Amino acid sequence: MHPIFASIAIAGPETILTLGSLAALMLGSFTPKHRALVVTSLFAVAILAVAGFSLMDAPAGRSIAFDGLYIADDFSAFLKVIIMAAAAASVLLALPWLNESGTGRFEYPVLLLLAALGMAMMVSANDLLTLYVGLELAALPSYVLAAFSRADDRSAEAGLKYFVLGALASGILLYGVTLVYGFAGSTQLDVIAGLVAGQPERSLGLLFGIVFILAGLAFKVSAVPFHMWTPDVYEGAPTPVAAFFSAAPKAAALGLMARVLVVAFPGKVAADWQQIIMVIALASMVLGAVAAVAQTNIKRLLAYSSIANIGFALVGLAPGTPAGISALLFYVTVYVAMTLGSFLVVLQLRRPDGGTVEQMADLAGLSKTQPRLAAALTIFMFSLAGIPPLLGFWPKFAVFQAAIASGQIGLAIIGFIASVVAAFYYLRLIKIMYFDEPAVVLASEGSKVNGAMIAACALFCSPIGMLALSPLAVATARAAAALFPA
Amino acid sequence: MIGLTHYLAVSAALFVLGVFGIFLNRRNIIIILMSLELILLSVNINLVAFSAYLHQVHGQIFAMFVLTVAAGEAAVGLAILVIYFRNRGTVAVDQADLMKG
Repeated sequence: MHPIFASIAIAGPETILTLGSLAALMLGSFTPKHRALVVTSLFAVAILAVAGFSLMDAPAGRSIAFDGLYIADDFSAFLKVIIMAAAAASVLLALPWLNESGTGRFEYPVLLLLAALGMAMMVSANDLLTLYVGLELAALPSYVLAAFSRADDRSAEAGLKYFVLGALASGILLYGVTLVYGFAGSTQLDVIAGLVAGQPERSLGLLFGIVFILAGLAFKVSAVPFHMWTPDVYEGAPTPVAAFFSAAPKAAALGLMARVLVVAFPGKVAADWQQIIMVIALASMVLGAVAAVAQTNIKRLLAYSSIANIGFALVGLAPGTPAGISALLFYVTVYVAMTLGSFLVVLQLRRPDGGTVEQMADLAGLSKTQPRLAAALTIFMFSLAGIPPLLGFWPKFAVFQAAIASGQIGLAIIGFIASVVAAFYYLRLIKIMYFDEPAVVLASEGSKVNGAMIAACALFCSPIGMLALSPLAVATARAAAALFPA
Repeated sequence: MIGLTHYLAVSAALFVLGVFGIFLNRRNIIIILMSLELILLSVNINLVAFSAYLHQVHGQIFAMFVLTVAAGEAAVGLAILVIYFRNRGTVAVDQADLMKG
Protein backbone atom coordinates (compact mmCIF):
# COMPACT_ATOMS: atom_id res chain seq x y z
CA MET A 1 0.00 0.00 0.00
CA HIS A 2 1.25 3.47 -0.82
CA PRO A 3 2.26 5.29 2.39
CA ILE A 4 -0.35 7.99 1.81
CA PHE A 5 -3.17 5.43 2.05
CA ALA A 6 -1.70 3.96 5.22
CA SER A 7 -1.58 7.50 6.65
CA ILE A 8 -5.19 8.18 5.70
CA ALA A 9 -6.22 4.93 7.38
CA ILE A 10 -4.39 5.89 10.58
CA ALA A 11 -6.09 9.30 10.54
CA GLY A 12 -9.45 7.54 10.23
CA PRO A 13 -11.56 9.78 12.48
CA GLU A 14 -10.30 12.90 10.72
CA THR A 15 -10.94 11.39 7.29
CA ILE A 16 -14.51 10.53 8.32
CA LEU A 17 -15.06 14.04 9.68
CA THR A 18 -13.62 15.70 6.57
CA LEU A 19 -15.77 13.74 4.13
CA GLY A 20 -18.73 13.91 6.53
CA SER A 21 -18.65 17.70 6.84
CA LEU A 22 -18.51 18.10 3.06
CA ALA A 23 -21.39 15.64 2.66
CA ALA A 24 -23.35 17.46 5.38
CA LEU A 25 -22.98 20.73 3.49
CA MET A 26 -24.32 19.07 0.32
CA LEU A 27 -27.13 17.40 2.23
CA GLY A 28 -28.19 20.69 3.78
CA SER A 29 -28.14 22.48 0.45
CA PHE A 30 -30.22 19.88 -1.42
CA THR A 31 -32.81 19.12 1.27
CA PRO A 32 -36.07 21.12 1.29
CA LYS A 33 -35.56 24.19 3.42
CA HIS A 34 -37.96 23.34 6.26
CA ARG A 35 -36.27 19.98 6.90
CA ALA A 36 -32.65 20.93 6.15
CA LEU A 37 -31.71 21.77 9.74
CA VAL A 38 -33.00 18.57 11.37
CA VAL A 39 -31.67 16.30 8.62
CA THR A 40 -28.22 17.92 8.64
CA SER A 41 -28.04 17.89 12.45
CA LEU A 42 -28.91 14.18 12.69
CA PHE A 43 -26.42 13.44 9.92
CA ALA A 44 -23.74 15.42 11.79
CA VAL A 45 -24.42 13.45 14.99
CA ALA A 46 -24.17 10.20 13.02
CA ILE A 47 -20.83 11.30 11.52
CA LEU A 48 -19.48 12.23 14.96
CA ALA A 49 -20.66 8.85 16.31
CA VAL A 50 -18.99 6.96 13.44
CA ALA A 51 -15.77 8.95 13.97
CA GLY A 52 -15.93 8.20 17.70
CA PHE A 53 -16.54 4.48 17.22
CA SER A 54 -13.81 4.24 14.57
CA LEU A 55 -11.40 4.92 17.44
CA MET A 56 -12.45 1.64 19.05
CA ASP A 57 -10.79 -0.65 16.52
CA ALA A 58 -7.74 1.52 15.99
CA PRO A 59 -4.52 -0.43 16.62
CA ALA A 60 -3.21 -0.18 20.17
CA GLY A 61 -0.05 1.77 20.86
CA ARG A 62 1.18 4.65 18.75
CA SER A 63 0.90 5.01 14.98
CA ILE A 64 2.62 7.85 13.17
CA ALA A 65 1.22 9.11 9.89
CA PHE A 66 2.06 11.69 7.22
CA ASP A 67 5.84 11.53 7.84
CA GLY A 68 5.56 12.38 11.51
CA LEU A 69 3.03 15.20 11.19
CA TYR A 70 0.25 13.17 12.81
CA ILE A 71 0.19 10.76 15.72
CA ALA A 72 -2.58 8.44 16.88
CA ASP A 73 -2.09 7.06 20.38
CA ASP A 74 -4.10 6.36 23.53
CA PHE A 75 -3.84 10.01 24.60
CA SER A 76 -5.35 11.36 21.37
CA ALA A 77 -7.98 8.58 21.29
CA PHE A 78 -9.16 9.38 24.83
CA LEU A 79 -9.49 13.11 24.11
CA LYS A 80 -11.11 12.47 20.73
CA VAL A 81 -13.86 10.44 22.37
CA ILE A 82 -14.57 13.38 24.72
CA ILE A 83 -14.44 15.88 21.83
CA MET A 84 -16.80 13.84 19.63
CA ALA A 85 -19.25 13.33 22.50
CA ALA A 86 -19.20 17.02 23.45
CA ALA A 87 -19.57 18.12 19.81
CA ALA A 88 -22.49 15.71 19.24
CA ALA A 89 -24.17 17.01 22.40
CA SER A 90 -23.62 20.60 21.17
CA VAL A 91 -25.29 19.77 17.84
CA LEU A 92 -28.34 18.25 19.56
CA LEU A 93 -28.76 20.86 22.28
CA ALA A 94 -28.92 23.68 19.72
CA LEU A 95 -31.83 22.20 17.74
CA PRO A 96 -34.76 23.69 19.75
CA TRP A 97 -33.05 27.09 19.87
CA LEU A 98 -32.31 27.08 16.13
CA ASN A 99 -35.91 26.13 15.34
CA GLU A 100 -37.30 28.83 17.62
CA SER A 101 -35.04 31.61 16.40
CA GLY A 102 -36.76 31.10 13.05
CA THR A 103 -33.68 31.04 10.90
CA GLY A 104 -33.27 27.25 11.02
CA ARG A 105 -29.97 27.57 9.21
CA PHE A 106 -28.33 24.20 8.61
CA GLU A 107 -24.81 25.67 8.61
CA TYR A 108 -24.70 25.29 12.38
CA PRO A 109 -24.03 21.51 12.47
CA VAL A 110 -21.65 21.83 9.50
CA LEU A 111 -19.56 24.46 11.29
CA LEU A 112 -19.55 22.28 14.42
CA LEU A 113 -18.30 19.30 12.38
CA LEU A 114 -15.45 21.40 10.95
CA ALA A 115 -14.54 22.67 14.42
CA ALA A 116 -14.56 19.07 15.72
CA LEU A 117 -12.23 18.11 12.87
CA GLY A 118 -9.84 20.90 13.85
CA MET A 119 -9.95 19.81 17.49
CA ALA A 120 -9.26 16.19 16.53
CA MET A 121 -6.20 17.41 14.58
CA MET A 122 -5.08 19.43 17.60
CA VAL A 123 -4.94 16.46 19.96
CA SER A 124 -3.20 14.36 17.29
CA ALA A 125 -0.62 17.01 16.39
CA ASN A 126 2.92 15.65 16.39
CA ASP A 127 4.37 18.64 14.58
CA LEU A 128 4.13 22.40 15.04
CA LEU A 129 2.61 22.64 11.55
CA THR A 130 -0.27 20.27 12.40
CA LEU A 131 -0.69 22.12 15.68
CA TYR A 132 -1.14 25.44 13.90
CA VAL A 133 -3.43 24.18 11.14
CA GLY A 134 -5.56 22.21 13.62
CA LEU A 135 -5.85 25.20 15.91
CA GLU A 136 -6.96 27.47 13.07
CA LEU A 137 -9.38 24.87 11.72
CA ALA A 138 -10.99 24.75 15.16
CA ALA A 139 -10.89 28.53 15.60
CA LEU A 140 -12.29 29.81 12.27
CA PRO A 141 -15.68 28.01 12.55
CA SER A 142 -15.82 29.14 16.20
CA TYR A 143 -15.59 32.81 15.19
CA VAL A 144 -18.48 32.30 12.79
CA LEU A 145 -20.52 30.43 15.42
CA ALA A 146 -20.04 33.25 17.96
CA ALA A 147 -21.60 35.67 15.46
CA PHE A 148 -24.29 33.16 14.45
CA SER A 149 -27.36 35.28 15.39
CA ARG A 150 -26.22 37.86 12.92
CA ALA A 151 -29.17 40.22 13.45
CA ASP A 152 -28.32 40.48 17.15
CA ASP A 153 -25.96 43.33 18.10
CA ARG A 154 -24.38 41.45 20.96
CA SER A 155 -23.74 38.29 18.94
CA ALA A 156 -22.03 40.29 16.17
CA GLU A 157 -19.91 42.10 18.74
CA ALA A 158 -19.01 38.81 20.45
CA GLY A 159 -17.94 37.37 17.11
CA LEU A 160 -15.84 40.42 16.32
CA LYS A 161 -14.11 40.45 19.72
CA TYR A 162 -13.49 36.71 19.59
CA PHE A 163 -12.06 37.01 16.08
CA VAL A 164 -9.70 39.91 16.81
CA LEU A 165 -8.35 38.47 20.06
CA GLY A 166 -8.28 34.92 18.67
CA ALA A 167 -6.36 35.95 15.58
CA LEU A 168 -3.92 37.93 17.74
CA ALA A 169 -3.40 34.85 19.94
CA SER A 170 -2.77 32.70 16.85
CA GLY A 171 -0.25 35.28 15.64
CA ILE A 172 1.58 35.25 18.97
CA LEU A 173 1.57 31.45 19.02
CA LEU A 174 2.88 31.35 15.47
CA TYR A 175 5.72 33.74 16.31
CA GLY A 176 6.65 31.38 19.14
CA VAL A 177 6.50 28.45 16.73
CA THR A 178 8.98 30.15 14.38
CA LEU A 179 11.36 30.85 17.25
CA VAL A 180 11.21 27.22 18.43
CA TYR A 181 11.75 26.07 14.83
CA GLY A 182 14.72 28.35 14.39
CA PHE A 183 16.46 27.76 17.69
CA ALA A 184 15.76 24.03 17.97
CA GLY A 185 16.03 23.19 14.26
CA SER A 186 12.89 21.15 13.67
CA THR A 187 9.11 21.42 13.80
CA GLN A 188 8.46 17.83 14.87
CA LEU A 189 7.76 17.56 18.59
CA ASP A 190 9.82 14.47 19.46
CA VAL A 191 12.72 15.62 17.24
CA ILE A 192 12.70 19.01 19.02
CA ALA A 193 13.06 17.19 22.35
CA GLY A 194 16.14 15.32 21.08
CA LEU A 195 17.73 18.43 19.55
CA VAL A 196 17.15 20.52 22.68
CA ALA A 197 18.62 17.80 24.87
CA GLY A 198 21.73 17.88 22.69
CA GLN A 199 22.28 21.63 23.02
CA PRO A 200 25.21 22.46 25.30
CA GLU A 201 23.55 25.43 26.99
CA ARG A 202 20.10 26.86 27.47
CA SER A 203 18.95 28.84 24.44
CA LEU A 204 17.25 32.15 25.18
CA GLY A 205 15.51 32.17 21.78
CA LEU A 206 13.97 28.79 22.53
CA LEU A 207 12.74 30.04 25.90
CA PHE A 208 11.08 33.02 24.21
CA GLY A 209 9.49 30.63 21.74
CA ILE A 210 8.04 28.49 24.54
CA VAL A 211 6.67 31.60 26.28
CA PHE A 212 4.99 32.84 23.08
CA ILE A 213 3.50 29.39 22.37
CA LEU A 214 2.19 29.20 25.93
CA ALA A 215 0.64 32.67 25.63
CA GLY A 216 -1.23 31.60 22.48
CA LEU A 217 -2.42 28.34 24.02
CA ALA A 218 -3.41 30.04 27.29
CA PHE A 219 -5.72 32.22 25.22
CA LYS A 220 -7.37 29.16 23.68
CA VAL A 221 -8.06 27.57 27.08
CA SER A 222 -9.02 31.05 28.46
CA ALA A 223 -6.48 30.99 31.27
CA VAL A 224 -5.57 34.20 33.12
CA PRO A 225 -3.99 36.58 31.96
CA PHE A 226 -5.45 35.80 28.51
CA HIS A 227 -9.04 35.31 29.66
CA MET A 228 -10.49 38.79 28.86
CA TRP A 229 -12.50 37.55 25.90
CA THR A 230 -14.26 34.73 27.73
CA PRO A 231 -17.03 36.54 29.68
CA ASP A 232 -17.83 38.86 26.76
CA VAL A 233 -17.98 36.08 24.19
CA TYR A 234 -20.03 33.77 26.43
CA GLU A 235 -22.48 36.57 27.16
CA GLY A 236 -22.82 37.80 23.58
CA ALA A 237 -22.75 34.49 21.71
CA PRO A 238 -26.00 32.48 21.49
CA THR A 239 -26.35 30.20 24.55
CA PRO A 240 -25.89 26.89 22.62
CA VAL A 241 -22.67 28.28 21.14
CA ALA A 242 -21.43 29.32 24.57
CA ALA A 243 -22.18 25.77 25.78
CA PHE A 244 -20.06 24.41 22.91
CA PHE A 245 -17.19 26.86 23.62
CA SER A 246 -17.09 25.85 27.27
CA ALA A 247 -16.70 22.12 26.57
CA ALA A 248 -14.99 20.59 23.53
CA PRO A 249 -12.45 23.35 22.63
CA LYS A 250 -11.22 23.44 26.22
CA ALA A 251 -10.58 19.68 26.19
CA ALA A 252 -8.77 19.92 22.85
CA ALA A 253 -6.60 22.91 23.81
CA LEU A 254 -5.64 21.39 27.19
CA GLY A 255 -4.70 18.16 25.44
CA LEU A 256 -2.62 20.05 22.88
CA MET A 257 -0.90 22.03 25.63
CA ALA A 258 -0.06 18.84 27.54
CA ARG A 259 1.33 17.11 24.46
CA VAL A 260 3.47 20.04 23.28
CA LEU A 261 4.96 20.72 26.70
CA VAL A 262 5.52 17.11 27.78
CA VAL A 263 6.70 15.67 24.45
CA ALA A 264 8.70 18.57 23.00
CA PHE A 265 10.13 20.17 26.14
CA PRO A 266 10.99 17.50 28.73
CA GLY A 267 14.11 17.36 30.88
CA LYS A 268 16.03 20.51 31.59
CA VAL A 269 13.62 22.94 29.88
CA ALA A 270 10.68 21.46 31.81
CA ALA A 271 11.43 23.59 34.88
CA ASP A 272 10.97 26.74 32.76
CA TRP A 273 7.48 25.95 31.51
CA GLN A 274 6.41 24.43 34.82
CA GLN A 275 6.88 27.82 36.52
CA ILE A 276 4.74 29.49 33.85
CA ILE A 277 1.99 26.86 34.11
CA MET A 278 1.99 27.22 37.90
CA VAL A 279 1.54 30.99 37.71
CA ILE A 280 -1.20 30.68 35.05
CA ALA A 281 -3.00 28.01 37.08
CA LEU A 282 -2.83 30.06 40.29
CA ALA A 283 -4.02 33.26 38.62
CA SER A 284 -6.89 31.46 36.83
CA MET A 285 -8.14 29.75 39.99
CA VAL A 286 -8.01 32.95 42.06
CA LEU A 287 -9.41 35.34 39.44
CA GLY A 288 -12.09 32.89 38.34
CA ALA A 289 -13.25 32.54 41.94
CA VAL A 290 -13.08 36.21 42.94
CA ALA A 291 -14.43 37.88 39.77
CA ALA A 292 -17.44 35.55 39.55
CA VAL A 293 -18.77 36.77 42.90
CA ALA A 294 -19.88 40.11 41.41
CA GLN A 295 -21.67 38.66 38.36
CA THR A 296 -25.44 38.87 37.82
CA ASN A 297 -25.56 37.27 34.35
CA ILE A 298 -25.63 33.46 34.37
CA LYS A 299 -23.55 33.12 31.22
CA ARG A 300 -20.86 35.44 32.60
CA LEU A 301 -20.93 33.45 35.84
CA LEU A 302 -20.40 30.21 33.92
CA ALA A 303 -17.60 31.93 31.95
CA TYR A 304 -15.72 32.80 35.15
CA SER A 305 -16.47 29.31 36.44
CA SER A 306 -14.83 27.85 33.33
CA ILE A 307 -11.78 30.11 33.86
CA ALA A 308 -11.45 28.82 37.43
CA ASN A 309 -11.91 25.21 36.32
CA ILE A 310 -9.19 25.56 33.67
CA GLY A 311 -6.94 26.79 36.50
CA PHE A 312 -7.65 23.62 38.48
CA ALA A 313 -7.04 21.44 35.42
CA LEU A 314 -3.69 23.19 34.81
CA VAL A 315 -2.63 22.29 38.36
CA GLY A 316 -2.49 18.74 37.00
CA LEU A 317 -0.22 19.84 34.12
CA ALA A 318 2.23 21.78 36.32
CA PRO A 319 4.07 18.72 37.73
CA GLY A 320 4.55 17.27 34.22
CA THR A 321 4.30 13.72 35.61
CA PRO A 322 2.14 10.81 34.31
CA ALA A 323 0.02 11.07 37.47
CA GLY A 324 -0.53 14.79 36.84
CA ILE A 325 -1.50 14.32 33.18
CA SER A 326 -3.85 11.51 34.15
CA ALA A 327 -5.48 13.82 36.74
CA LEU A 328 -5.76 16.54 34.07
CA LEU A 329 -7.59 14.17 31.71
CA PHE A 330 -9.88 13.05 34.53
CA TYR A 331 -10.61 16.69 35.36
CA VAL A 332 -11.40 17.53 31.73
CA THR A 333 -13.82 14.58 31.42
CA VAL A 334 -15.83 15.53 34.49
CA TYR A 335 -15.66 19.27 33.73
CA VAL A 336 -17.14 18.75 30.25
CA ALA A 337 -20.14 16.90 31.75
CA MET A 338 -20.66 19.54 34.46
CA THR A 339 -20.46 22.56 32.17
CA LEU A 340 -22.60 21.03 29.41
CA GLY A 341 -25.19 20.10 32.04
CA SER A 342 -25.30 23.62 33.50
CA PHE A 343 -25.68 25.21 30.06
CA LEU A 344 -28.36 22.66 29.12
CA VAL A 345 -30.45 23.65 32.13
CA VAL A 346 -30.10 27.34 31.26
CA LEU A 347 -31.08 26.56 27.66
CA GLN A 348 -34.09 24.52 28.74
CA LEU A 349 -35.65 27.42 30.68
CA ARG A 350 -37.83 30.03 28.99
CA ARG A 351 -39.12 33.36 30.29
CA PRO A 352 -42.89 34.01 29.99
CA ASP A 353 -42.17 36.25 26.98
CA GLY A 354 -40.40 33.34 25.27
CA GLY A 355 -36.90 34.75 25.74
CA THR A 356 -33.98 32.76 27.13
CA VAL A 357 -32.90 33.17 30.75
CA GLU A 358 -29.91 35.49 31.17
CA GLN A 359 -30.08 37.01 34.65
CA MET A 360 -29.47 35.07 37.84
CA ALA A 361 -32.43 36.88 39.46
CA ASP A 362 -34.72 35.16 36.93
CA LEU A 363 -33.93 31.84 38.60
CA ALA A 364 -35.51 32.93 41.90
CA GLY A 365 -37.88 30.28 43.22
CA LEU A 366 -37.02 27.82 40.45
CA SER A 367 -37.40 24.97 42.94
CA LYS A 368 -41.14 25.69 43.08
CA THR A 369 -41.79 26.26 39.38
CA GLN A 370 -39.38 23.73 37.83
CA PRO A 371 -38.31 21.38 40.64
CA ARG A 372 -36.57 18.83 38.43
CA LEU A 373 -34.45 21.36 36.52
CA ALA A 374 -33.64 23.11 39.81
CA ALA A 375 -32.49 19.79 41.27
CA ALA A 376 -30.31 19.10 38.23
CA LEU A 377 -28.74 22.59 38.36
CA THR A 378 -28.11 22.07 42.10
CA ILE A 379 -26.21 18.87 41.36
CA PHE A 380 -24.07 20.66 38.75
CA MET A 381 -23.36 23.61 41.06
CA PHE A 382 -22.43 21.40 44.03
CA SER A 383 -20.31 19.31 41.69
CA LEU A 384 -18.55 22.39 40.22
CA ALA A 385 -17.95 23.60 43.78
CA GLY A 386 -16.32 20.25 44.55
CA ILE A 387 -18.55 19.12 47.43
CA PRO A 388 -17.41 15.56 48.32
CA PRO A 389 -20.13 13.04 47.54
CA LEU A 390 -20.58 14.47 44.04
CA LEU A 391 -18.28 13.55 41.19
CA GLY A 392 -16.78 17.05 40.89
CA PHE A 393 -14.83 16.48 44.08
CA TRP A 394 -12.72 13.59 42.78
CA PRO A 395 -10.87 15.29 39.91
CA LYS A 396 -10.04 18.27 42.18
CA PHE A 397 -8.70 15.76 44.70
CA ALA A 398 -6.70 14.03 41.95
CA VAL A 399 -5.01 17.20 40.62
CA PHE A 400 -4.12 18.42 44.12
CA GLN A 401 -2.78 14.98 44.99
CA ALA A 402 -0.58 15.04 41.87
CA ALA A 403 0.67 18.55 42.74
CA ILE A 404 1.48 17.56 46.35
CA ALA A 405 3.20 14.35 45.23
CA SER A 406 5.64 16.42 43.17
CA GLY A 407 6.26 18.90 45.98
CA GLN A 408 4.09 21.80 44.78
CA ILE A 409 2.30 22.12 48.11
CA GLY A 410 1.77 25.90 47.88
CA LEU A 411 -0.12 25.46 44.60
CA ALA A 412 -2.43 22.91 46.21
CA ILE A 413 -3.09 25.09 49.27
CA ILE A 414 -3.97 28.20 47.24
CA GLY A 415 -6.09 26.04 44.93
CA PHE A 416 -7.96 24.72 47.94
CA ILE A 417 -8.62 28.28 49.21
CA ALA A 418 -9.77 29.38 45.74
CA SER A 419 -12.20 26.47 45.57
CA VAL A 420 -13.67 27.51 48.94
CA VAL A 421 -14.15 31.08 47.63
CA ALA A 422 -15.70 29.70 44.45
CA ALA A 423 -18.13 27.62 46.51
CA PHE A 424 -19.67 30.93 47.65
CA TYR A 425 -21.15 31.85 44.27
CA TYR A 426 -22.21 28.33 43.40
CA LEU A 427 -24.06 28.14 46.71
CA ARG A 428 -25.54 31.61 46.17
CA LEU A 429 -27.15 30.39 42.94
CA ILE A 430 -28.65 27.45 44.85
CA LYS A 431 -29.90 29.84 47.54
CA ILE A 432 -31.59 31.97 44.85
CA MET A 433 -33.31 28.89 43.41
CA TYR A 434 -34.49 27.41 46.70
CA PHE A 435 -35.09 30.28 49.12
CA ASP A 436 -36.05 33.35 47.07
CA GLU A 437 -39.62 34.11 46.04
CA PRO A 438 -40.29 33.54 42.31
CA ALA A 439 -40.14 36.83 40.38
CA VAL A 440 -41.10 35.40 36.99
CA VAL A 441 -42.55 31.95 36.37
CA LEU A 442 -40.15 30.16 34.06
CA ALA A 443 -41.46 27.58 31.65
CA SER A 444 -39.56 24.52 30.51
CA GLU A 445 -38.81 24.49 26.82
CA GLY A 446 -39.83 20.83 26.88
CA SER A 447 -37.30 19.29 24.50
CA LYS A 448 -37.12 15.57 25.37
CA VAL A 449 -33.63 15.14 23.91
CA ASN A 450 -32.21 17.98 25.99
CA GLY A 451 -34.09 16.68 29.04
CA ALA A 452 -32.48 13.28 28.56
CA MET A 453 -29.03 14.86 28.20
CA ILE A 454 -29.57 16.87 31.40
CA ALA A 455 -30.59 13.67 33.20
CA ALA A 456 -27.53 11.84 31.87
CA CYS A 457 -25.13 14.63 32.93
CA ALA A 458 -26.79 14.93 36.34
CA LEU A 459 -26.59 11.18 36.88
CA PHE A 460 -22.89 11.22 35.92
CA CYS A 461 -22.15 14.12 38.31
CA SER A 462 -24.21 12.63 41.17
CA PRO A 463 -22.69 10.09 43.61
CA ILE A 464 -23.84 7.34 41.21
CA GLY A 465 -21.14 8.64 38.86
CA MET A 466 -18.56 7.21 41.24
CA LEU A 467 -19.22 3.86 39.54
CA ALA A 468 -17.36 5.38 36.58
CA LEU A 469 -14.33 6.27 38.70
CA SER A 470 -12.35 3.07 38.29
CA PRO A 471 -12.84 2.63 34.51
CA LEU A 472 -11.98 6.34 34.10
CA ALA A 473 -8.86 5.91 36.23
CA VAL A 474 -7.68 3.02 34.03
CA ALA A 475 -8.41 4.95 30.80
CA THR A 476 -6.75 8.21 31.91
CA ALA A 477 -3.69 6.38 33.23
CA ARG A 478 -3.27 4.58 29.92
CA ALA A 479 -3.79 7.80 27.95
CA ALA A 480 -1.30 9.71 30.09
CA ALA A 481 1.28 6.93 29.78
CA ALA A 482 1.20 7.39 25.98
CA LEU A 483 2.91 10.80 26.41
CA PHE A 484 5.83 9.25 28.30
CA PRO A 485 7.42 6.63 26.04
CA ALA A 486 9.45 4.19 28.09
CA MET B 1 26.65 41.02 4.52
CA ILE B 2 23.05 40.58 5.57
CA GLY B 3 22.78 37.72 8.05
CA LEU B 4 20.13 35.92 10.03
CA THR B 5 20.00 38.55 12.77
CA HIS B 6 19.02 41.28 10.32
CA TYR B 7 16.01 39.30 9.16
CA LEU B 8 15.05 38.46 12.73
CA ALA B 9 15.29 42.14 13.67
CA VAL B 10 13.02 43.20 10.79
CA SER B 11 10.55 40.47 11.65
CA ALA B 12 10.55 41.38 15.36
CA ALA B 13 9.99 45.04 14.47
CA LEU B 14 7.04 44.14 12.22
CA PHE B 15 5.60 41.88 14.92
CA VAL B 16 5.79 44.62 17.55
CA LEU B 17 4.26 47.12 15.09
CA GLY B 18 1.39 44.72 14.50
CA VAL B 19 0.74 44.15 18.20
CA PHE B 20 0.86 47.86 18.96
CA GLY B 21 -1.36 48.54 15.99
CA ILE B 22 -4.04 46.44 17.66
CA PHE B 23 -3.73 47.87 21.16
CA LEU B 24 -3.00 51.54 20.50
CA ASN B 25 -5.50 51.96 17.66
CA ARG B 26 -8.73 53.54 18.90
CA ARG B 27 -10.29 54.43 15.58
CA ASN B 28 -10.99 51.70 13.14
CA ILE B 29 -11.44 47.92 13.18
CA ILE B 30 -10.10 47.66 9.61
CA ILE B 31 -6.75 48.86 10.95
CA ILE B 32 -6.85 45.95 13.42
CA LEU B 33 -7.28 43.52 10.51
CA MET B 34 -4.29 45.12 8.77
CA SER B 35 -2.24 44.77 11.96
CA LEU B 36 -3.13 41.08 12.15
CA GLU B 37 -1.84 40.59 8.61
CA LEU B 38 1.35 42.40 9.60
CA ILE B 39 1.89 39.93 12.46
CA LEU B 40 1.42 36.94 10.14
CA LEU B 41 3.83 38.43 7.58
CA SER B 42 6.47 39.00 10.25
CA VAL B 43 6.09 35.32 11.12
CA ASN B 44 6.66 34.42 7.48
CA ILE B 45 9.89 36.42 7.32
CA ASN B 46 11.07 34.55 10.40
CA LEU B 47 10.18 31.18 8.89
CA VAL B 48 11.89 31.81 5.58
CA ALA B 49 14.98 33.28 7.24
CA PHE B 50 15.34 30.29 9.57
CA SER B 51 14.66 27.92 6.70
CA ALA B 52 17.53 29.41 4.69
CA TYR B 53 19.80 29.50 7.74
CA LEU B 54 19.15 25.86 8.69
CA HIS B 55 19.34 24.67 5.02
CA GLN B 56 15.92 23.02 5.42
CA VAL B 57 12.83 23.36 3.32
CA HIS B 58 10.38 22.89 6.22
CA GLY B 59 10.21 26.56 7.13
CA GLN B 60 9.24 27.59 3.61
CA ILE B 61 6.52 24.95 3.45
CA PHE B 62 5.26 26.22 6.79
CA ALA B 63 5.20 29.76 5.35
CA MET B 64 2.94 28.54 2.52
CA PHE B 65 0.50 27.15 5.07
CA VAL B 66 0.58 30.39 7.04
CA LEU B 67 -0.21 32.38 3.88
CA THR B 68 -3.16 30.11 3.08
CA VAL B 69 -4.59 30.23 6.60
CA ALA B 70 -4.10 34.01 6.68
CA ALA B 71 -6.28 34.31 3.58
CA GLY B 72 -9.02 32.23 5.22
CA GLU B 73 -8.72 34.23 8.41
CA ALA B 74 -9.06 37.53 6.54
CA ALA B 75 -12.17 36.23 4.77
CA VAL B 76 -13.85 35.21 8.04
CA GLY B 77 -12.78 38.43 9.74
CA LEU B 78 -14.16 40.65 6.99
CA ALA B 79 -17.43 38.69 6.92
CA ILE B 80 -17.88 39.21 10.68
CA LEU B 81 -16.96 42.87 10.25
CA VAL B 82 -19.67 43.24 7.60
CA ILE B 83 -22.44 41.83 9.84
CA TYR B 84 -21.16 44.02 12.67
CA PHE B 85 -21.36 47.09 10.43
CA ARG B 86 -24.88 46.15 9.29
CA ASN B 87 -26.06 46.07 12.90
CA ARG B 88 -24.25 49.08 14.28
CA GLY B 89 -23.54 51.31 11.30
CA THR B 90 -19.98 51.93 12.46
CA VAL B 91 -16.61 50.18 12.61
CA ALA B 92 -15.13 52.37 15.37
CA VAL B 93 -13.21 50.40 18.01
CA ASP B 94 -14.50 52.32 21.03
CA GLN B 95 -18.12 51.71 20.00
CA ALA B 96 -17.73 47.96 20.56
CA ASP B 97 -18.71 48.13 24.23
CA LEU B 98 -22.15 46.50 24.55
CA MET B 99 -20.59 44.05 26.99
CA LYS B 100 -18.11 45.15 29.62
CA GLY B 101 -15.38 42.61 30.36
